[in-house]
Amino acid sequence: MCLAVPGKVLAIEDRDGTRMATVDFGGVVKEVCLEYLPDLRIGEYAIVHVGFALQRLDEESARQTLELFENLGMLQEEFGDPWEQAAAEAHGPEPVGGDTGTAAREVRP
Amino acid sequence: MKYIDEFQDPGLAGRLLDEIRATVTRPWALMEVCGGQTHTIIRHGIDQLLPDEVELIHGPGCPVCVTPLEVIDKALEIASRPGVVFCSFGDMLRVPGTGRDLFQVRGEGGDVRVVYSPLDALRIARQNPDRQVVFFGIGFETTAPPNAMTVYQARRLGVRNFSLLVSHVRVPPAIEAIMRSPDCRVQAFLAAGHVCSVMGTGEYPELAERHRVPIVVTGFEPLDILEGVRRTVRQLERGEHTVENAYPRAVRPGGNPSARAMLDDVFEVTDRAWRGIGVIPDSGWRLSARYRDYDAEHRFAVSGIDTREPAACRSGEVLQGLLKPHQCEAFGTDCTPRNPLGATMVSSEGACAAYYLYRRLELPAPSREGSSVV
Ligand code: SF4
Repeated sequence: MCLAVPGKVLAIEDRDGTRMATVDFGGVVKEVCLEYLPDLRIGEYAIVHVGFALQRLDEESARQTLELFENLGMLQEEFGDPWEQAAAEAHGPEPVGGDTGTAAREVRP
Repeated sequence: MKYIDEFQDPGLAGRLLDEIRATVTRPWALMEVCGGQTHTIIRHGIDQLLPDEVELIHGPGCPVCVTPLEVIDKALEIASRPGVVFCSFGDMLRVPGTGRDLFQVRGEGGDVRVVYSPLDALRIARQNPDRQVVFFGIGFETTAPPNAMTVYQARRLGVRNFSLLVSHVRVPPAIEAIMRSPDCRVQAFLAAGHVCSVMGTGEYPELAERHRVPIVVTGFEPLDILEGVRRTVRQLERGEHTVENAYPRAVRPGGNPSARAMLDDVFEVTDRAWRGIGVIPDSGWRLSARYRDYDAEHRFAVSGIDTREPAACRSGEVLQGLLKPHQCEAFGTDCTPRNPLGATMVSSEGACAAYYLYRRLELPAPSREGSSVV
């Protein structure tokens, strides 16, 4: 939850008086509120935390961070099914390692 | 080193390490505040790559871990009530309250839903006007602005069946409490980068000056951590204690002004209890008077809860950097991620979980000379 993930703005629209964007996180697309970065434009990158764009980011550092997160399985942790994760922790086998890179690759388009 | 390829630029990592080694002349203890940083450090074995003189102490920066048991118990109580839809981030599901967790509440028929954003909870409230929708608002300065905006929007849109169970915490008072502790060994801080993305760096110069402690704002990728350590050690060796920003790509000095303005509008500073640590003055937020209607604690009058911390759990000492997770007797035996005694083991950002997931597998520790980055 504490993870802030860089994403690229694909589209922007006003919804019920709130500025919202469609944002691509290395293949996972989510709705993001732009109220805290109102001048963010289509094609730009931002650090997004729990559905809110918090700070602009340049493309190069955004791309590097996304690649790193993907390799480390952190995107899967952030965007995967939390019920499945909780169930796996509650009933599944003991975790045997931190390398969830294979699972993370599934979030790619 | 298992994850060394993922340093992005092993050459740069090697140069940073070389410079740290060339600079350091005596032992220093640095605290990384953020749980995300702790995980990067353990996962990449950064603590093992650093010279022996540099010790990294893990800080209290895991929002799930520091949420007090009493608040978890209130969440469980509210989530169990008929007519309530209880919304939470996924990593709160398995945090143990007294006797059970949110995952079990759902198994018993409670309508517990996981959302990605607090705005999802507000949408659920608008779609279900006959239900009471409660969002579990925990977290540091990074998470508080989204929750503040959601309450603001609820009020603006006239949504009456939405409320927030608030347990927000602030980093600077925690740093203050750590520095004031008589057992404190921390000589410098790697401050949490994403907290500063919102708040800027303005709260730190006074702290750095008063405690004569270097504070370096640091991101949480491996190279960010090494750069933070390099700058911190350089200051310590020179006898300096200033605030430096080693994460400029995401942190502007003033932070995010509109997020800060919203925080000031929706929340007010209050004393908060930190799990395992106790009450730290001015260390949290609660809803300000004009938003009190949206406070779930008022709406649901939760009281009479019998809260019991597991006696064996030493997470309070872990969170203050007084004990390393594997020094806890229950670590890896009575306490595992599958059967956690404390939040520091259940949270994916907790220090105990980090040690359990990564450290054990790397024993015996890889030799420094054998690493490909040196
Ligand atoms: S290992 Fe478990 S019991 Fe020990 S401090 Fe960590 S969470 Fe608590």
